[in-house]
Amino acid sequence: MKKAFRAQVLLCAGGACISSGTESVRDAFQRELGEQQLNEEVGLITTGCMGMCEVGPIVVIYPEGVFYQKVKSEDVAEIVKEHLLKGRVVQRLFYKKPSTQELVQAMNEIDFFRLQEKIALRNCGNIDPEDIREYIAAGGYEALGKALTNMAPPQVVEQITVSGLRGRGGAGFPTGIKWRATADQPGKPKYVVCNADEGDPGAFMDRSLLEGDPHSLIEAMTICGYAVGANQGFVYVRAEYPLAIQRLEKALTQAREMGLLGKNLFSSGFDFNIEIRMGAGAFVCGEETALMHSIEGRRGEPRPKPPFPAVKGLFDRPTVLNNVETFANVPYIVLNGGMAYARLGTEKSKGTKVFALAGDVNNTGLVEVPMGMPLGTIVYDLGGGIPNGKKFKAVQIGGPSGGCIPAAHLNTPVTYESLPQLGAIMGSGGLVVMNEDTCMVDLARYFLEFIAEESCGKCTPCRVGTRVMLELVNRICNGQGTMEDLERLEELAGVIQKSSLCGLGQTAPNPVLSTLRYFREEYIEHIKDHHCRAGVCQSIMHAPCSNACPASVNVPAYLAYAKEGNFEEALRVHLRNNPFPSICGRVCPQWCIDKCRRSDLEGPLAVRAVKRFMSDLRDDYSELYPAKVPANNRKVAVIGAGPAGLSCGYYLVLLGYDVTVFERREESGGLMRYAIPDYRLPRKILAKEISNLERLGLKIKTGVAVGRDISMADLRAQGFEAFFMSSGAGHEIMPKIPGVDLPGVYPGTAFLEQAARSQPMNVGRRRRSGICC
Amino acid sequence: MTDSNTTACACEGQCNAAVWNELDEFIASHERGRNSLIQVLHKAQELFGYLPPDVHQHVADQLGLPVSEVLGVVTFYHYFSMQPRGRHTINVCMGTACYVRGAKKVLEALQEKLGIKMGETTPDRRFSITTQRCFGACGLAPVIMVNSDVHGRVTANKLTGILNQYE
Repeated sequence: MKKAFRAQVLLCAGGACISSGTESVRDAFQRELGEQQLNEEVGLITTGCMGMCEVGPIVVIYPEGVFYQKVKSEDVAEIVKEHLLKGRVVQRLFYKKPSTQELVQAMNEIDFFRLQEKIALRNCGNIDPEDIREYIAAGGYEALGKALTNMAPPQVVEQITVSGLRGRGGAGFPTGIKWRATADQPGKPKYVVCNADEGDPGAFMDRSLLEGDPHSLIEAMTICGYAVGANQGFVYVRAEYPLAIQRLEKALTQAREMGLLGKNLFSSGFDFNIEIRMGAGAFVCGEETALMHSIEGRRGEPRPKPPFPAVKGLFDRPTVLNNVETFANVPYIVLNGGMAYARLGTEKSKGTKVFALAGDVNNTGLVEVPMGMPLGTIVYDLGGGIPNGKKFKAVQIGGPSGGCIPAAHLNTPVTYESLPQLGAIMGSGGLVVMNEDTCMVDLARYFLEFIAEESCGKCTPCRVGTRVMLELVNRICNGQGTMEDLERLEELAGVIQKSSLCGLGQTAPNPVLSTLRYFREEYIEHIKDHHCRAGVCQSIMHAPCSNACPASVNVPAYLAYAKEGNFEEALRVHLRNNPFPSICGRVCPQWCIDKCRRSDLEGPLAVRAVKRFMSDLRDDYSELYPAKVPANNRKVAVIGAGPAGLSCGYYLVLLGYDVTVFERREESGGLMRYAIPDYRLPRKILAKEISNLERLGLKIKTGVAVGRDISMADLRAQGFEAFFMSSGAGHEIMPKIPGVDLPGVYPGTAFLEQAARSQPMNVGRRRRSGICC
Repeated sequence: MTDSNTTACACEGQCNAAVWNELDEFIASHERGRNSLIQVLHKAQELFGYLPPDVHQHVADQLGLPVSEVLGVVTFYHYFSMQPRGRHTINVCMGTACYVRGAKKVLEALQEKLGIKMGETTPDRRFSITTQRCFGACGLAPVIMVNSDVHGRVTANKLTGILNQYE
């Protein structure tokens, strides 16, 4: 018998928490509990994965359910002395809400747990997976007993059918139909196979189930064997999951010892046994026919269907094949009835689904939610949103067979039906969140490379087709692609989908098609502009900072010169791309530092400050400008003397053109003069850089509005052969709220312009103003 | 076993009759024939560190299979290696979550640091580098696995500290 304790300390020993240091925390607890003589009062249990991998190692103390995160062995003495002896919780180890930094004490108050509905994961994180008594105490093997003693096999199949359970491995085939088809086959032997070859990169729910609740799989497979008339089961596990294999082996031994696996179970005369088969690192073995070939000791190549495994499966015998998560739902359904399960979810997608949240999201880990929950709720409420203030870009769902879903579709309920409409699939439930730093073309390349490597090579469309697609996408990533390549990609994708032998090939083009569907402009930027906005594609990128700079200034080069103290040369580098170093040294939004590689070390370099310093050393840039091409005496008119017009004029003058800039206002500079306040950009700095341009040969005519004072035809008559329109991109949209037409409400740029002109403005007595541009 | 095989083996001359006996005992405890092939190869790789040609031949003879079939299986699965491995195998996870969080940079830094490419072994046989698709530790991305220890949230700067733990 197990003892009753006044408090229980649950320590997560999921794979992630173990790598974060669970074992040393457990040792510390054992030591401290012993020192404080609490061994008799406080139970210490290491459990399977609790799901919140990001903040591990996790400790939960019952009866209160207090949740401690990122616990280190050094913290344990305090927890034991304060919480367990004195009853005072240790606040500094509480979870903090990412959005508000608010401290949360209890596990069930954290959105990540509060919004979940756990059926498959019901025991994960609550019991010690290495102790069968804990599983039994939690209601384990009760469903098996009920099935074997109170239900005929067809009744079991019936309940599974009623529950609406569908295959959780990816394709979503109704489990009840699969079981019935196998049960209907005459003769023996038949087999039950569990697919635990969780190969989709980004999905780890099967691993957590095997590690956290191995008995539920054993129980479910035995029930399945009873329902379909099979006496032998196989679990096909990845070799990459050593801990899962170890815990499953231990669970099998315990079940045999207790008489819950083997001969004459529950005195019903039904025999069942389970063996483990280790995979050997082939993604295609997740495909059912390939998996069975692998269990038979062959190369894991798929074969055409039909015949389906229900008719001709393992060793050519009728076989049920389900994945771990599907099986994990079975004991609940048998115990509570199919209807209880079917009350959750949507009309066609019943029950719950486990998702593995990973990538650029605050709460990485495992969640189980009712089917039909909107994607945005999973990412933002359970997942806690995107870390480091970055922007959400897309969610990749369904692994290499799936697709990307952009922000516009975050309200989509996640079901088997809704995802294919968006070009994705449920898959095994891997949800990889991506922020703005992910290049979607590179992501498509990544998945193609994966598929091309993992293709078993049996059929040509998959073996050769994915390679050709990979070459095309590689070309685009390297800036050598053409627009025709996009059409070729789409054409080839269609052929591969239609003509591949198995699911791997048929779904292989999905990542390309879905990124083309939602992020086509990124492909086009790679092809036409040789630009990767995320700064990922190395061969078309000089450095991440330069890549992020709208003027493509060679930041590393001028920083290197500045470091040597050669500020002249540094300035020369800057002027090659941007004629306004002093101005940008003050007001640039500095996208470069968001991408600075030093951020990984001690923080980004103060790029803008260096620029300001080096350009303020000099008033006259004449000697530093790039050499001018000899004059060609061709006239170009630039309309508008803002930063765009002046820069255009600058480049054209360097190319030998005779350029005149026409400006409607009385002075040049555009928004630099009429929007940015003097304290941010002193007028003398502006004047310095514009007069430098004039010295170089740029002509500026202010107070001339083209279209009012002079027509384009007049300019043509004066010999201007080309025009550059840079009349300003600003257009104010006032918010549609009551009161915007009241006196004292100004649009942003109008307000700034009045301020810049030093015109008196009534900002009210309390001077509370908000600027909205 | 011939001398040339002994020198090519990762066990550096330690492999001996005992290891072969252990393999034979394992084979004897399993059904003879194709069904046991993959399990036997797992055991052989665990014992020898890799699967050289004489092991293929031996396994084929013991299970009553053509050696071509053994080779076909060995070459099909990534997990089986025909090259000797170092004392410590560094596995860089190239799963989606790790990739998105910078696994490529980690792999590049590792290759530069050890002066070998993916799939190779350092001349002192201390380390081999391989890559794999997803260890299922996505919550800790990017992840590397040295032997069976998982190291999470790895950056290029943390590599030295990690590698120093393995002699």
